[in-house]
Amino acid sequence: MKDATQSRLPLYAIVVFTFVMCALPAEAHLNSTGMGPFYDGLIHFLMSPEDIVPVLALALLAGLRGASHGRRALFTLPVAWLVGGLAGLSAMTAKPHPFVAAAWFLLLGGLLAADAKVSLRVTTALAALLGVYHGYLNGTGMGQFETAAVALLGLVFAVFVLIALAAAFVVRLRAQWARIAVRVAGSWIAASGLLMLGWAVRTR
Amino acid sequence: MNTPRHNPLVRAMALVVLVFLCAQTAFAHPQKGEAVGFLTGFRHPISGLDHVLAMVAVGLWGAQLGSPAIWVLPVAFPMVMAVGGMLGLMGVPLPGIEYGIALSAILLGAAVMFEVRPPLGVAAALVGFFAVFHGHAHGTELPPGQSALLYSMGFVIATGCLHALGIGIGTVHRWAWGQKLLRVAGGLVVVGGTFFMWKAVS
Repeated sequence: MKDATQSRLPLYAIVVFTFVMCALPAEAHLNSTGMGPFYDGLIHFLMSPEDIVPVLALALLAGLRGASHGRRALFTLPVAWLVGGLAGLSAMTAKPHPFVAAAWFLLLGGLLAADAKVSLRVTTALAALLGVYHGYLNGTGMGQFETAAVALLGLVFAVFVLIALAAAFVVRLRAQWARIAVRVAGSWIAASGLLMLGWAVRTR
Repeated sequence: MNTPRHNPLVRAMALVVLVFLCAQTAFAHPQKGEAVGFLTGFRHPISGLDHVLAMVAVGLWGAQLGSPAIWVLPVAFPMVMAVGGMLGLMGVPLPGIEYGIALSAILLGAAVMFEVRPPLGVAAALVGFFAVFHGHAHGTELPPGQSALLYSMGFVIATGCLHALGIGIGTVHRWAWGQKLLRVAGGLVVVGGTFFMWKAVS
């Protein structure tokens, strides 16, 4: 008999995906949802593809490598994101560098497409670096510390949920075609990274 | 019976694709003077029949060749196409782009029509070689003021969808009549490619 939680995973994935794809206009730093700073932070993450895509790529990569990698990424990334965010709160401003953003897409998408047999340490390092970098960028310019800290928690919560769902979804995949589909998604992310790199050079 | 049609995962994936195709334009982080790029990027590969023919032909050929070409070719094409796009964006010139694009449709269509079965490396190299021309054309034609990330993603996803369309059509290869149908489709791609070559020459 099929495990009920397992059979519902695709449904959960669809709900999250639908939510993400039906994006409404958002304003960086922070758009008010009217529901408080926690949800402001949560929505901020869900409306930022430059944040979501690398997190998704890392989650898929960790999922492909197995449950232990998924668990490690699940706890490392949000913690690193929170640490980076708190550090960013005290910073004046920081602008995301287009080359770095493209590099993250290329690196994570490339590893995913190649189904790279990365070690647990590498997964941990990738999660920590990604979390600190993006967290720091999110933290800067969020406004007053009290409000921003709560918003940051909402944001980290969204990161946790996304990586948990995506990694768990991939960990349970056994069919060869499904795992290949995940790798194809990685190739698309890497290809997007290459184009972003060209764009960054063009607009430099 | 757990046929692909009744498999919950397959149905879920179909729904995801449907939702994705119906996605509204995302407006995350709009900046002054920056148009929204996902739909523009998505439309770009499907707006030119010469590109569409070649990309669908890649999927058809992959389906004909079977595993692992069925997924290696559609993975190789967007990756190398992105390299071409990057070169185009950087302003690196590439001569004979229109000829390369038309020739890609002719040769890939011919490969499908005659059911050519080269080694995987050769097939991937051929597909990759022509992908550079397609990518370069897209890169140089890029409209100004677009969101790089969203445009790039739309662009790559549309390309992948065209490959998927080709693979989807190519699944008829398991039947004898389907094999003939695929060859006819390959012939049509050759005709289309020849037309675009004629246009490029004249």
